[in-house]
Amino acid sequence: MHIHRLEKIWMVFGVVMLAVFLAVLGVYAFSMGLQTPHSHAYGKVDPEKLAETPPFDQPGVYQVGENEYEAVIIMYAFGFTPNEITVPAGAKVNFVITSSDVVHGFEIVGTTVNLMAIPGEVNVVSYTFDKPGEYLILCNEYCGIGHQAMYTKLVVT
Amino acid sequence: MAQTQTFDRDDAKLVLTHVIFAFVALMIGGIAGMLQGMVRGGMFEMPGGISYYQLLTAHGVLMALIFTTFFIVGFMFSGVSKVTGGKLTSTARGLGWAGFWLMAVGTAIGTVMILANEATVLYTFYAPMKASPWFYVALALVVVGSWLSGAGMIAQYRSWRENNKGKISPLFAYMAVATMVLWYVATLGVAATVLFQFIPWSFGWVDKINVLLSRTLFWYFGHPLVYFWLMPVYICWYVVVPKVIGGKMFSDALARLAFIMFIVFSVPVGFHHQLMEPGITPFWKFLQVILTFAVVVPSLITAFALFATFETTGRAKGYKGLFGWFRALPWKDVRFLGPFLGMVAFVPGGIGGMINASHQMNALVHNTIWVTGHFHLTVATAVAITFFGIAYWLIPAITGRRLTEAVNRLGVWQVSLWAFGILVMSGAMHISGLMGAPRRTSDTTYNGNEIAAQWDPYNLLVAIGGVILFISLIVLAVALVKMFQMPKGETEYPVAEPLQPVEATPRWLERWGVWIGVTAVLIVIAYAFPIADQLFLDPAPGAKGYVLW
Repeated sequence: MHIHRLEKIWMVFGVVMLAVFLAVLGVYAFSMGLQTPHSHAYGKVDPEKLAETPPFDQPGVYQVGENEYEAVIIMYAFGFTPNEITVPAGAKVNFVITSSDVVHGFEIVGTTVNLMAIPGEVNVVSYTFDKPGEYLILCNEYCGIGHQAMYTKLVVT
Repeated sequence: MAQTQTFDRDDAKLVLTHVIFAFVALMIGGIAGMLQGMVRGGMFEMPGGISYYQLLTAHGVLMALIFTTFFIVGFMFSGVSKVTGGKLTSTARGLGWAGFWLMAVGTAIGTVMILANEATVLYTFYAPMKASPWFYVALALVVVGSWLSGAGMIAQYRSWRENNKGKISPLFAYMAVATMVLWYVATLGVAATVLFQFIPWSFGWVDKINVLLSRTLFWYFGHPLVYFWLMPVYICWYVVVPKVIGGKMFSDALARLAFIMFIVFSVPVGFHHQLMEPGITPFWKFLQVILTFAVVVPSLITAFALFATFETTGRAKGYKGLFGWFRALPWKDVRFLGPFLGMVAFVPGGIGGMINASHQMNALVHNTIWVTGHFHLTVATAVAITFFGIAYWLIPAITGRRLTEAVNRLGVWQVSLWAFGILVMSGAMHISGLMGAPRRTSDTTYNGNEIAAQWDPYNLLVAIGGVILFISLIVLAVALVKMFQMPKGETEYPVAEPLQPVEATPRWLERWGVWIGVTAVLIVIAYAFPIADQLFLDPAPGAKGYVLW
């Protein structure tokens, strides 16, 4: 098959660029901890029995390390339990999320906290808030007629 | 190759029926789209208890699924007929009609369910949101109908090869078959989830649904779906556009290679839509991110071929200098301008797509309106505007009329308005998406929240862009009506010849069994373990259904 010389150059350039992009993403993800959200040790949960399933039997913010907190949150149509979340600035916060009904999306505007809440599954992402203040938490997956009213605030002290 | 002067009348009827059906769906979906922009922008409230989310469901289903599928089937049947002797076999045409009726009945049932507010689940119908079972039955009918249409095209292709042993097939027919092969492989996922999960569950035969599995099967289909939209567009860019500008196709073999690469790489990539989800480990997500990037390669081949065609054509016409050939392009010809604007939109569209698929970087844009902006550049511009460009010659070519200068001028205005509307709307969506504004939300004020207030000006721009797009659709409707009043005569069905003789095209490109085999192996590598994990190794407890609208 005849391939034009300029096209060969173009293709090599393109494929090398793609490889570089992928290498950057891979190195950050797998050796520097900048990973996609995923559940670690929580296993699966029954969305109808969250009230008796740890850690969702007691949603809230807990200190789990010297400067590390865990925010256990249940999303439901159309709200959050607990409704208001307060965490300290400069501390690592692990958001542990599930849904008790349909699929929701947990987004803290202006941050990289953006993950899906799926009934039966537990999702986890970590974030450190540098600046104190009020943040907007909203549901970013369509969950029914009240979806646009599903939001709350996060206070960083 | 025997080619008849006028388009076969029976084939024309089949093609025209598909194209008109597609445009009716487009108009209804377009009205819904414009109203959505106004509602979200806070300028308008829907009367009669019709919700934003109902409009959104209608918009997505009618435009992304119905308009595209009907137009693609009609366009590809027309080209297959044109290049394989000018007449479909009765088997091929019969399968085409059977496919049409199944899809049309499916569309009708689905539309009624959406209008009745029985299926306000958006076009992605994520479980455990539960629509009327008839909505899922309707979707199944559309898919099965498209399978019959694909069988018709393949039957025609096989009969050509029987009668032309040893010859390389006409490029248009080859590309149409490649598109349908991709479609068969891709729709296995959506067919599996609809038939084995959604239908039994929505009828109440089973209580619970495996949510993660349904999402995985949906996105197994959902990403190649976008290539099912794109490949017919590439047919136009490779086969039609060079002829329209008075040139030749750059390379027959590389065009075929690009289509084979789409089949091989576009299926095992669905996890890049699920990067922010639990239940799939980062390893499997990243593996599919790599494969997602591989599917960029055929688009790079295409970009080179198109601009090489433009340049060689311009130089052959005597234009000189580094970019002098640019002036040789027929800017006032809608048959060129439509697809060209599509190519332009596909540059930022493709770049945005790579950003979306960039593993952890997806967290910045996932489920924000940036994503909506992205696919309005790709499917709603690169694809839709190319289809508009096709319609201006396809309809007169098959109905035996001559495209008049007046209708061509309307077309130039129409596609220009469309491109401008998209620039305004999609641009605003990209910016406010980066600022965090969510997609699929009727009102983003969050009770006067200050952070959300920053999105207001962009919501206004989205609404304005939507109105401009709707005006473009009105112009299109006028042009379509005028097309049936144009004088009898001839309009060319443009099919370009390659620069080099097709004999140079290697025969291994036509060995479908091999390529489908390679595709299957990649799919097994990318999906076997994650699906086994979700299905029986470690499934989550099932979810019951919810009707929350």
